[in-house]
Amino acid sequence: MNPNSWISKIRSRLGLCEQDLQIEHLEKNWLYVAAAMVAFMVVILGIGALFLHLNPPSHWETIESPSLHLSAEFAEDKLGVQPTTLPDGTIQVTLVAARYGFYPREIFVPVDKNIQFRIASLDVIHGAHIPMTNMGTMILPGHVSEVTTVFPKPGEYPLLCNEYCGMGHDHMWSKVTVLTQDEWAAHKTGGKQP
Amino acid sequence: MIDTTTKRLALFNFWIAFGSFALASVFGMYQVLERSGLLKFIESPAVYFASVSTHGVLMAFVLTTFFIMGFGYYTATTSLKTPIWNPVLAWAGYAVSLTGVVLAAIPLLLGKASVLYTFYPPIQANVLFYIGATLLVVGSWFWTVIMIVMFNKWKKAHPGETVPLPMFATTTNAYLWAWTSVGVALESVFQLLPWSLGLVDTIDVGLARTLFAWTLHPIVYFWLIPAYIALYSYVPIAAGGKLFSDKLARVAFLMILVFGLPIGFHHLYMDPQQSNIAKFGHMVGTFAVALPTLLTGFTVIASLEMAGRKRGGKGLFGWIGALPWQNPMVLAAILSLLMLVLGGFGGMVNASYAMNAMVHNTAWVPGHFHLIFAGTVVTMYLAVAYHLWPKLCGKQLFSNDLALTQLWTWFVGMAIMTTPWHVLGLLGMPRRISSVQYNSLLTLAWEPYELLMIIGGLVLLGSAGLFVYILFKTQTEGVVDASITEEAAIVADAPVSSWLNNFIPWNLLILGLMMLSYGWPILQFFVLKTYNPTAWGY
Repeated sequence: MNPNSWISKIRSRLGLCEQDLQIEHLEKNWLYVAAAMVAFMVVILGIGALFLHLNPPSHWETIESPSLHLSAEFAEDKLGVQPTTLPDGTIQVTLVAARYGFYPREIFVPVDKNIQFRIASLDVIHGAHIPMTNMGTMILPGHVSEVTTVFPKPGEYPLLCNEYCGMGHDHMWSKVTVLTQDEWAAHKTGGKQP
Repeated sequence: MIDTTTKRLALFNFWIAFGSFALASVFGMYQVLERSGLLKFIESPAVYFASVSTHGVLMAFVLTTFFIMGFGYYTATTSLKTPIWNPVLAWAGYAVSLTGVVLAAIPLLLGKASVLYTFYPPIQANVLFYIGATLLVVGSWFWTVIMIVMFNKWKKAHPGETVPLPMFATTTNAYLWAWTSVGVALESVFQLLPWSLGLVDTIDVGLARTLFAWTLHPIVYFWLIPAYIALYSYVPIAAGGKLFSDKLARVAFLMILVFGLPIGFHHLYMDPQQSNIAKFGHMVGTFAVALPTLLTGFTVIASLEMAGRKRGGKGLFGWIGALPWQNPMVLAAILSLLMLVLGGFGGMVNASYAMNAMVHNTAWVPGHFHLIFAGTVVTMYLAVAYHLWPKLCGKQLFSNDLALTQLWTWFVGMAIMTTPWHVLGLLGMPRRISSVQYNSLLTLAWEPYELLMIIGGLVLLGSAGLFVYILFKTQTEGVVDASITEEAAIVADAPVSSWLNNFIPWNLLILGLMMLSYGWPILQFFVLKTYNPTAWGY
């Protein structure tokens, strides 16, 4: 290589040996392949995040856990599927996670609609997950978790705790029934649980 | 010759590591059995969660830390050809770490520290547990200092020369550990200890999780680097060839050091308290750190191919059959790489930002890390033990055939156990439960896989027992053989520039990256208002 070329100048400025940059061609090709694979995945995930809004449930909102029962939103009679939807038609569900259940213990929601869960913990760290769906979030005491999802299939699902929370952790689950649009229309009580 | 101090230090560290490994395997067996619900009379959440906590601490913290310290002392003296700098300090570190293990073991075994090895507050364990865990880390810092000092002393004594690869990699690990352990050390000293001693009433759980995540990811590279040292330094020679590229090996270790650190938030994807911007940034780093692993796979397989062809292997795949499969180090490398490929694919799913929601905290996750850690990493630890025991004891290995049987059974057992575990995760089973109590038809689909896992657990327990038996027999009854020599020196194939021969620029780069990736995420807990809970029992 020409010692006066700008690449050589940068090399000597950085103190790189010629040997540092002599890489066997197979190895060099593999490096390109590996870098391309990694870049491809990051780009795909970036497109998902930016344009399809496929993001994890980040949400900074703090709350005082010991006085949840006095709060406007998480008092016991305010929990469950909210009677009024958000302006864009999203249905809000408010839950309290506490040893050992998600309260209220049973909720009904419609299929193919945006459902926004807002969950606060009364005691320790919990995790909410509805198996076979992407509804999931960690719940930290002192924080409100918010996650929005759409259930594509009607049926009964367990909403279970997926973070160790004490000796009764195995028993911490509640029932979510996803109704068809017709069933949802017939579900007159809206969200007031029987 | 390896001096007596090194031999003793290595053996004392290794026995704590492998003793813990054997004990933790028994706990593991109990757990698969308890969890399956097959035997009603052993079902007990109290015993199960105490067992899981102990299993995790022993495997992830005790086995690894003591193995890495022992292996580091051996690698330093053999590759630099100098005695250990300040053996008193080394023994002091050993004593501090061991004291920590004993202190932590007492509440763990009594069921007073069933907070799992991730110890997420506000569930609180007995204070001895936190003191013990802290001492274990503090003891390991003695080792860190010794490794860095030995590296620097050697360089000063050999100006212009390239530090041998095994020591370069060990020093990389020492720096990595120094950076890694800061997160959990801060959590311990400023949060867990004052809180469990009753000096403060409340604890900021968001901050605690953030600090733990700081440690939780790079710690796996702390565990992995010794396995890579064996793959780069011992495997090519054991296979009858040589390392394909010494230079790219150094690049791979440096990439792990730099990219491995600022990426802990992929453990917090599902947490509310960190922003999507921070999570996305950590995700990019998580994918970047796949590069050194892809590079390692290439270099090690290329080295094996060269060896296979030298031994007469022909054709596209013929060299694989020509490899010395009867050599435990070579066999371990092949099995270990196989599991790394499978576990790596699973890891890509976990790393994939929003996609992680489908598998977060499901059985998929322990399936993944058993494949990568218990599979890839521990398999290489086992092979290193078979490689070093004769050198440390001056005796021949008790039985090469038994060692091969042990490695194969470990591989088969791990395959039988982790495959159903992954499937269970996709079927939605959460990871940390002691029994299935959900009244849902979904749980019926879980049962056959849980039963399959018991078979895997049995094979693994047998294999772990056999491993310790072989080491014990080698040490006590092995045929004395004076011809067993120390490592053949791995000479660098080309001199490298100071970029690949010192750590100052890389540490500065890490400092910048860490401030970028953890600056605001930690600062926010001090700037914004948080409500901190008090302690809870379990």
